[in-house]
Amino acid sequence: MITRLDVQHIAELADIGIASEELDEFTHQFNEILDYFDLLDQVPEQECQRIPECNIWREDEIIPALSQEEITRNAPGTEGGFIRAPRVM
Amino acid sequence: MGFPDPYNAFITQCEPEKKGEGRLSGYTIAIKDNISTRGIPTTCGSRILEGYIPPYNAFAVDRVLAEGAIIVGKTNMDEFGMGNTTENSAYGPTLNPVDTSRVPGGSSGGSGAAVAAGMVRLALGTDTGGSIRCPAAFCGIVGLKPTYGRVSRYGLIAYANSLEQIGPMARSVEDVALLLNVISAYDSRDSTAVPKPYDHAPDPNIQGVRIGLPEEFFGEGVDHRVAATVYRAVERLEEQGAETVPCSMPSMQYALSAYYTTCMSEASSNLGRYDGVRYGLADDFRKHWHQAFQEVRQKGFGKEVRRRVMLGTFALSSGYYGKYYLKAQTARENVRADFARLFTMVDLIAGPTMPTVAFRLGEKSDPLSSYLADILTVPANLAGVPAISVPCENVHGLPTGLQLIGRYYDEERVIDAAYAYEQTTKKGG
Repeated sequence: MITRLDVQHIAELADIGIASEELDEFTHQFNEILDYFDLLDQVPEQECQRIPECNIWREDEIIPALSQEEITRNAPGTEGGFIRAPRVM
Repeated sequence: MGFPDPYNAFITQCEPEKKGEGRLSGYTIAIKDNISTRGIPTTCGSRILEGYIPPYNAFAVDRVLAEGAIIVGKTNMDEFGMGNTTENSAYGPTLNPVDTSRVPGGSSGGSGAAVAAGMVRLALGTDTGGSIRCPAAFCGIVGLKPTYGRVSRYGLIAYANSLEQIGPMARSVEDVALLLNVISAYDSRDSTAVPKPYDHAPDPNIQGVRIGLPEEFFGEGVDHRVAATVYRAVERLEEQGAETVPCSMPSMQYALSAYYTTCMSEASSNLGRYDGVRYGLADDFRKHWHQAFQEVRQKGFGKEVRRRVMLGTFALSSGYYGKYYLKAQTARENVRADFARLFTMVDLIAGPTMPTVAFRLGEKSDPLSSYLADILTVPANLAGVPAISVPCENVHGLPTGLQLIGRYYDEERVIDAAYAYEQTTKKGG
């Protein structure tokens, strides 16, 4: 059973804002959906198939790419060819 | 300005511009708005990408332009592909041209409606759990989800990478096959792309083809009138020389839970890129990072997207990963194994595309009831096998789709059988 508090916590983890008046609706829907997902409990335990490959290395190659101007063109804020971001500290 | 769009099929209309000369010369095409088009706004049906103009073309877009197709516009869709009605769009719902009180299906509903209404000859859609086949069935057109890896996903804005494919939509099987021919070339920029170009013109000879009919595709939850229509379509294929084989797919029981757990988990990671920094909506840069991030995502994402990102985050979170995500992967493996077993006995699997006819606008307001309608389309995505929806008889004036699923890279047989069926409906019988 998921509570309003759980939903608030999940929203925090997912970095998605949630209004207090939305909490009841989301809580109700999460419970309904997760109850349905509980069907997965009946899936027998079994080792998942694993692809027998790991760590395939190659040399770096330089290939044609977008220019800095093209890359920053969609950014809402730029400064001196760099992308602006909110405060981190 | 622009052309009339009575069904709200388009988010952006384009200046018709001819770029190349080739197999699609003079053909009009609509592109779903989650496929990148250089210089043309691409929104994914979301507010969060408002104002975003891709600096490059998706591989499939480059291919259709090189063959002379004319891009008419970018089509409406459920936000990021999350839905089966096209009502989850920030740009308003698309209406079904067959009956405007109904949805066109989704998430490629704009592409489906534009093709069905004759506004374009061809369209590109994307299919993560049925998003090409569902609107094809609801609007009465043909739509194909290719084998996973057959069409490059380069430039497709990701929602659930392990499930989604770009695919063709059109009014005839021949046009669908032609568009698949054009877009299925190898592209090294998609690491899951496989060099299996498609080069086959439809052939209606299906003598001796074995078609499996899993009981789960005709059972509980499937409207009996839709099931009866599809059975009649299969009889037509038998008259053309196909053999039918009753069979069963027990893994269907868990397929929907496995699908939704997987796509939500992948979405929670994929959609992390929408932070209001590199593109799209932005918040006040003076705010603290997490506050700005949370606010921009609350403002920019619709409710269904927020729901899926949150549930995906939950399914991957410590303590629940084993219960949801890992179990879903086991269930997914069982779906693959079921297909592998069936395809040793039959060449194709047939059933309805959707369990009902098109919903009324607003009918699927409860998320779970909307998810349940995907039960017949998600198995092909979980396994990665190709599947087509081809129109069969109407039920009370509304289109239904016959779904044909094939072996990996066996689009040839899927398309031939769809073509054989289409020919029988054209003979006026």
